Parts: sequence; C-alpha cells; structure tokens
Amino acid sequence: MSTYESATSRLGRLLTMVPWLLNRQGIDLASAAAELGVSEQQVVDDLQVLFVCGTPGHYPDDLIDAQWEDGRVYVSNADSIARPLRLGRDEALALIVALRALAATPGLAQSDAVDRALAKLEQAAGDAAEAAGHVSVDLEPTLPAELVAAVREALTERRRVHLRYHVASRDETTERDVDPLRVVSVDGRWYLEGWCHRAHGVRLFRLDRVEDLTVLDEPASPPVDLPERDLTRGAFLGSPDDLAVTLHLAPGSAWVAESFPVESVTELGEGRLEVRMRVGDPRWLHRLVRRQGGGVRVVAPQEVATEVARQARAALDADAPGPAGGAGLD
Amino acid sequence: MAKATSKGPSPAAAKTERLLNLVIALLSTRQPLSKARIREAVPAYSDNDEAFERMFERDKDELRALGIPLRTEPIDPFFDDEPGYRIDEREYALPELALEADELAVVGLASRSWSQASLAGPAAQALRKLEAAGVVRDEASVAGIEPLLHTSEPAFEPVRDAVLSRTPLRFDYRGGTGDLTQRHVRPWSLTSWHGRWYVTGHDLDRDAPRVFRLDRVSGVPRKAGRPGGYAVPQDHDALTMIRASSGDDAAAPGERARLLVREGAASSLRRGATTAEGTGAAAPEGWDVLDVQVRSLRALAEEVAAAGPDVRVVRPAELREQVRAILQAVVDAHEEQTR
Repeated sequence: MSTYESATSRLGRLLTMVPWLLNRQGIDLASAAAELGVSEQQVVDDLQVLFVCGTPGHYPDDLIDAQWEDGRVYVSNADSIARPLRLGRDEALALIVALRALAATPGLAQSDAVDRALAKLEQAAGDAAEAAGHVSVDLEPTLPAELVAAVREALTERRRVHLRYHVASRDETTERDVDPLRVVSVDGRWYLEGWCHRAHGVRLFRLDRVEDLTVLDEPASPPVDLPERDLTRGAFLGSPDDLAVTLHLAPGSAWVAESFPVESVTELGEGRLEVRMRVGDPRWLHRLVRRQGGGVRVVAPQEVATEVARQARAALDADAPGPAGGAGLD
Repeated sequence: MAKATSKGPSPAAAKTERLLNLVIALLSTRQPLSKARIREAVPAYSDNDEAFERMFERDKDELRALGIPLRTEPIDPFFDDEPGYRIDEREYALPELALEADELAVVGLASRSWSQASLAGPAAQALRKLEAAGVVRDEASVAGIEPLLHTSEPAFEPVRDAVLSRTPLRFDYRGGTGDLTQRHVRPWSLTSWHGRWYVTGHDLDRDAPRVFRLDRVSGVPRKAGRPGGYAVPQDHDALTMIRASSGDDAAAPGERARLLVREGAASSLRRGATTAEGTGAAAPEGWDVLDVQVRSLRALAEEVAAAGPDVRVVRPAELREQVRAILQAVVDAHEEQTR
C-alpha cells in the first residue's frame, strides 16, 4: 500500500482477508493480491502477521497457520475469526446507497437481483441501513426502461446497435451504427460509450438524447485494444485540436465555469469571471453564448466574437417586423 | 515455514499483532475475561501496570471504532466489582446472507460505483466481506455497466457524518451572487442530483428549510452541537426541495407557442412539439410551423435564442420580445468590443 495504513485499519483488512482466504485455499498469490486490492508483498507481510497470532497460550497449535511458499496461499486454524466482521457504517452506506440508485434506474440491471440483494443487505445492516436512507444518489431514473434494457441486452450479447441520436451541439438528429463498449453514469447522467462506425472513433452518447435504439443482428466488433477512457473528470473531453477560446462570464453565468471543463478561471471582480476553455464544435459555443443573452461574452479569438455578433444580428434582422422578414404569419 | 522471525516486527505491525491477538482471545472465550487474564493472553501487553492500563483502554476504543462489539460484563454475576470483557461471536459476525451469484454481481456493481470516490475503501471492503463465502459473481449479467459516483467535494465527509449522526453544522457558504456567509444548519439529507451533492436541512439563521450545494461550501464544516439533537421531518423529500431550489419545477400547464423552424434544424425544439399542419397555418418554403407547449417562458426563450436564425417566434408576443431581448444583449456585448 502506497499510503499510510494505521494499525487499526490494517486489523480491519486482516479480519476481512482471513475468511476470504479460508474459502479460497490454494489461490495463487498474484490473484489474491489483485482481488484484495493490495500488492503481493503486502499479502506476504499480512500472512507473516497472521501466523504469529492465535488463541491464548500461543503454542504452535494455537497459532494461525499461513503458508505461501509455492506461490499458493493456504490459511487454516483460524476458527474464531473465520466469519467476516459485520458491515461497518460506511461499508453498509456505500453498498445500500448505490443499490438503491440502481434499483431506481429501471432496466439497467436485473431488477429482481437488485431488490433481493438490497433486502438481504438492509436486514444485515440494521440501523446502518436506516441511516443510509438519508444519503441518496439520483441516477437519472426518468430514462425509458425499454431503452435501458435494450442497451443492456446489446452489451451482454455483444451486438451492434443502430442509433437515432440528437447531437445537442449542432441541434440535429443523426443516424449511426455503434458497437457498444459500456454504459457509464457520469455526473448523474447515463452515457453509452461505443465505437461509432460513422465517426470511426469512440464516442459517448447521452442516453436521454437517444431518440431510438435498435439492437441489430450483427455482432459488435469494435477494434481491439481500445484504451479505456478516464471519465473521472467528467464526460466532456477536450482535444488538442479544439479551438481555444476566452470568455467573460457575468455573475449570472458563472455556472459555465463549473459545468464545463475549463483550463483556467480568473476572477475579474464583482463576481465576473474570465475562463479559458477548448471548444470542439464552434456551433456549440454559438448556442451557449446566444442562450446566455450577453452573460457570456467571447473575448478571444476576435473572429469568433465577430461571428457570434453577426449571427445574433442576423437572427434579429430576420425577425424584424415588416414584409421582408418577420413572422407575421398566424 | 518456520515460526520464528529473525527480526522483530515494526511498531505498527506489532500493534496490529497485539490487536488481532486481543480480538481472537475475546472471541474464543465464553466467559468474560478479566484484565489480568487478558494481560496473560496477549503477550505484547507491557509488564508495567500503568502502561498496560493505558494501552488496553486505547485498544478497546480502537476495536469499538472499527465496529467490533466489545462487551463489558461482570465476571461473576453475583459480584460486580470487577468487569470482564468478551466479544460475542453472534454480534461480531456478518450474518449468513447466502447471496446468489446474480445478487453478488449487482453488489459488485454497487461497490465499483464508488471506485473513484472517498467511499472506495469501505465499498471494496464490504464486497470482500460479502463474497468471503466464495460464491462466484455472475459478471455477465452486469457486463459493461459502470455507474461512477463522485465525492470530490471536500465537505462530503464531514457532511455525511453529520447527516448520519444528525449533528448540527456550521460552515461558510458561497451564495449564487458570490458572497460568503456563515450558515448554521441541521442537516437532514445528502443527495447527489445531476452529478452534484446537495445537503438539505433546517437553516437556523433563516429559520427555514434550505438546500446547499456541497461545492459551494468553503473550507471544512464544523460540528455545532450534539449528535442526535433533532429529528428529520417525516415528510422530508430531498429531491423535490433540490429541484425547486434549482428552478427545475415540474411542468405547469401553460399556453402553446407557435414557431417557424427551418427544415431540419432545431431538433431539440421539435421534440415534444406538434406540427401545425392542417390548422390553416401555412409555412414559407423551407420552413415548418411548430406548436410547442410553454413550460417556462424564459427557458423557451433561451432555447429559441440558442437556435439563432433557424427559428422565429410567431406567438406569443412576450416570447418574441424575450427572444429579441436576449439576442440584442448578445449583439451589444460583442459589438461593444468590436468597435
């Protein structure tokens, strides 16, 4: 373990590890380390602690027997700690909160399995389960269950899907075939990540923007060895090719700095912010700026600022009352 | 492997050893053990009486903090002058849950969802406890599903503790206008909505229910009272409060707006709209006439402004005025600097 581990938390880990190993006699050291989430050296160090511990008297027969010479791990004579310690408060909280969120996303996982697991855990956790009721995660439960179930079917059967998808940045609907890789929840929204045959690349599709999804007969055949993308910093992925822009945000539009991946934020005083960010599709930026009605101002590059003004002016002129433009229709 | 070690363990390892020996000793006894018996049973306890007392008191606290149910009972029910200690195996052990392979698979999914968050450690440990019995997870049923929960806000842990133990908090909070104020709150619930954590509770300064975003809490929240000092209202509905506070009110039946939309454009406005064909409304070549339910005039005006030259408002007049005002503000903001 790279970070410091207190004697108490190590004890907690050992009390979990012993029952786990007792039921996996002869597991190889590398697999044990991987599944226990520690290094092989740590497993050996832990086994070394175990075999100097035991019931009072501490004669050889009283001590825990731990062996790992041939790279396989055997543990025995540990009857008193053969059962895991019951779930701690945070342990119960983590599982119950996540399971309740999954239960509320219809179609995602076999719902009866979620319900059965939840019922067993809630009973085992007792008071901790009740306390967990005050912590909750909303995982977009409004998605149509049939859509989520179809995505899951495609993933488990490794089949290609056909999508009718709304691209928000351009505000248009597109059709494409996609080989699903995974469905991932980022920042409270579900995305389908897949190999897009139209773009010839890995793309993220927000499930609430999927207008229609058909599971095709063809097997999914995404390129092998695709690097897994790190979505821990959110679903927006900047690319070095993207256009670098500088924006000034009025206080009412300061949320933009928190909602999109910005490269830098500078306070300009009176709640105003200057942000630098990268934009993949200029049409996305135009829509954002127009929606904010002056709250977002493009400062650089100048061409983008000029184009934003030109398009907004064009929209106003087209809408001006009179015989030429105007929407005098009723 | 020989039972003798050539060099002594590090102090931290020695302490783990001592605690583990203590747990085993207390679990393997049916009769409560006196301190004297414990001192004999656990070799590492110091020979010095005073040092032993201090060490044992601390060890008891640490075991309890780990969730180990350490009992203090009279050794002899007829003489309660000396307490004894033991751990009841039935209280200690996780009940036999007999999780099926598919149940374990969804538990695994639940555990992994915290893998990037501050609860990652407890979530992984809980899964190992539940799968100790050796049932193999049926991973196929959850293939490719990855809920990723975040707890990157520094306030998460103290607020979670306060919510679970119902402890009042005080913290500095940055409001929507950017001003920093100290707030005193009885937290009711902690909720993640659209990827952000919110704490709801009773704001003691405002004497009213309030919603706070964790990423706007500045610094570390401090306890401002005893645990369990208040009750959460029975009818508390965190999600409804959060939605209302962020202006995401449920749809109210409103009037319908009529828009001209360039063919093929603005598909977000088209979703949920009805075409006005057959109502006698004729559209110019290359345009469609759409009728849209107005849920919020402001939100619709922003959506129309975002679409720019591809959408024009036919009615109502207030919508048209709002869109024009939004676009004019965009023009003003940008032409100012161009001049």
